[in-house]
Amino acid sequence: MFAHEFMRNALIAGSFVGLACGLVGYFVVLRAQVFAGDALSHVAFTGGLAAAVLGLNILAGVFAATILGGIVMGLLGDKARADDVTIGSLFAWTLGLGVLFLTIFTTQDSAGNGTAGVRVLFGSIFGLSAADVRTSVVLAVLACAILLAIARPLLFASLDNAVAAAQGVPVRVLGLGFLALLGLVAAQATQAVGALLLLGLLAAPAGAAHRLTANPYRGLLLSALFSVGSIWIGLTLSYAFPTLPPSSMIIAAAVGIYLLALATTIPRARAVWPRPANANVAA
Amino acid sequence: MATVMPEAAVFQGLSWNPLTDVQQLFTYPFMVNALAAGTIVAVMAGVTGWFMVLRRQTFAGHTLSVIAFPGAAAASLAGLPLAVGYFGFCGLGALALAGIAGSRRSLSAESAAIGALQALALALGFLFVTLYHGVLNGLDSLLFGTFLGITTQQVVVLLAVAAAAVGLVAIAARPLFFASVDADVARAGGVPVSALGFGFLLVLGLSVAETSQITGALLVFALLVTPAATAHQLTARPALGIALSVALALAVTWLGLALAYFSIYPVGFYITSLSFGLYVLVRLGRALGRRRRATARLALRAA
Repeated sequence: MFAHEFMRNALIAGSFVGLACGLVGYFVVLRAQVFAGDALSHVAFTGGLAAAVLGLNILAGVFAATILGGIVMGLLGDKARADDVTIGSLFAWTLGLGVLFLTIFTTQDSAGNGTAGVRVLFGSIFGLSAADVRTSVVLAVLACAILLAIARPLLFASLDNAVAAAQGVPVRVLGLGFLALLGLVAAQATQAVGALLLLGLLAAPAGAAHRLTANPYRGLLLSALFSVGSIWIGLTLSYAFPTLPPSSMIIAAAVGIYLLALATTIPRARAVWPRPANANVAA
Repeated sequence: MATVMPEAAVFQGLSWNPLTDVQQLFTYPFMVNALAAGTIVAVMAGVTGWFMVLRRQTFAGHTLSVIAFPGAAAASLAGLPLAVGYFGFCGLGALALAGIAGSRRSLSAESAAIGALQALALALGFLFVTLYHGVLNGLDSLLFGTFLGITTQQVVVLLAVAAAAVGLVAIAARPLFFASVDADVARAGGVPVSALGFGFLLVLGLSVAETSQITGALLVFALLVTPAATAHQLTARPALGIALSVALALAVTWLGLALAYFSIYPVGFYITSLSFGLYVLVRLGRALGRRRRATARLALRAA
């Protein structure tokens, strides 16, 4: 399996993308912003196709669109938490734009590149070049470093926004910065699993980690582990059975881990706490 | 787009006479069917969408609409009619979402669960499409829909489903509204809140399954959320709001279909852009109005 260069590239890039997704995803779930991740996945699609229409680098288009999308969502919402209906309306339109670009692109260039839409939507991790791998490793390390640097105040702001603000934590800037960072990671994940599936890599491993532990540092670690693990499992499966697309297998592995975490924690959670203590806080 | 437009039928261009243009819209049976289907879908989406926005279930609604995609892909893989896949999967999805909502865990756990469900649905859909080898063209029309190949029979089925969905919502409208606005008080008043929540998700799944056959799995959401969100901006009164939501959805669908007919660009683009444009206008108008009232109040106080 390691003899093939495309497989090595996929594993290296996938591991770093998984690491970034796992770490950022932990906060996405903690801040209940999974819907924002959902919206960003559609923004990524439109950005990629817009770049394709303009003849630019698709990846550059994805990055520009998701980072911009994250910032716009942060600006739209109060306290840097955009509200669902606004996000929903915005990304429904973004998707419409994406369809327009897809049409223009497929009619304008019917010769070779008709698959660009599918590649952006569902990823092309086996098609990464060595240069792609280098870019994604550098960006993933950058994203992880930024996240770890702001982890403590971000954790504070996510758990109790009002108290954090009173303590002088710049909650609004943090929230905005976090969404921009989410955009960066979403663009990364687009390369690995595609725009439509990146939500799974953000939500499922982090959701599993949240089920298993309430300790944030252990949770971050678990989330990253699960995310990287599901990439490995997915890639191996797809390598073993070439008819199975890698992105589907990665997400299936991630959701499998999530379901396992659910299954192992349900009886215990009921025995110790009849109802989780934080159920009322978030509602 | 996947479907090739019949060139001769489309490129007659706009004339200077709007009457003949409108007449031309109704010349071809496929267009008449598309308009009929669009009308039915818009009414259904307007009604269920209004409640969806009221209940703040946009994420759940979007997940349901995404679930329609693996449903259709699975059906074509198994050689079943597409409708079976749409309804089967959306029903299952509604069940799963109701289970997630029923577990009453924290907001973040709930959104993680919905996200995982949605990603799983998309992954399955892509897997089925890959296995099916119908690949590219099929994928595009599953995701983004086609309004050109709608048969009269489809319109009849659509009408029946829409009547059922809208009828169910109409019957349960009052308790559903109560439960959506204040679940705790409604529960204390003896309203079966969780049963209503599950029922609503089922109806939402039903209408999404129907709608996505026309608009594609990815664009249903535009008709569900944006006209409803605009209506919620304009009025808080339920009856008026629902009527407004339906009217907006209808207007946007008709205009979108007409524009798509006279141009080469996809209908999804027009429908989403028109509805989003309206939403932005209304939000801006409201913000301006609020500012004007505030300055008027200030001026009054100064005088």
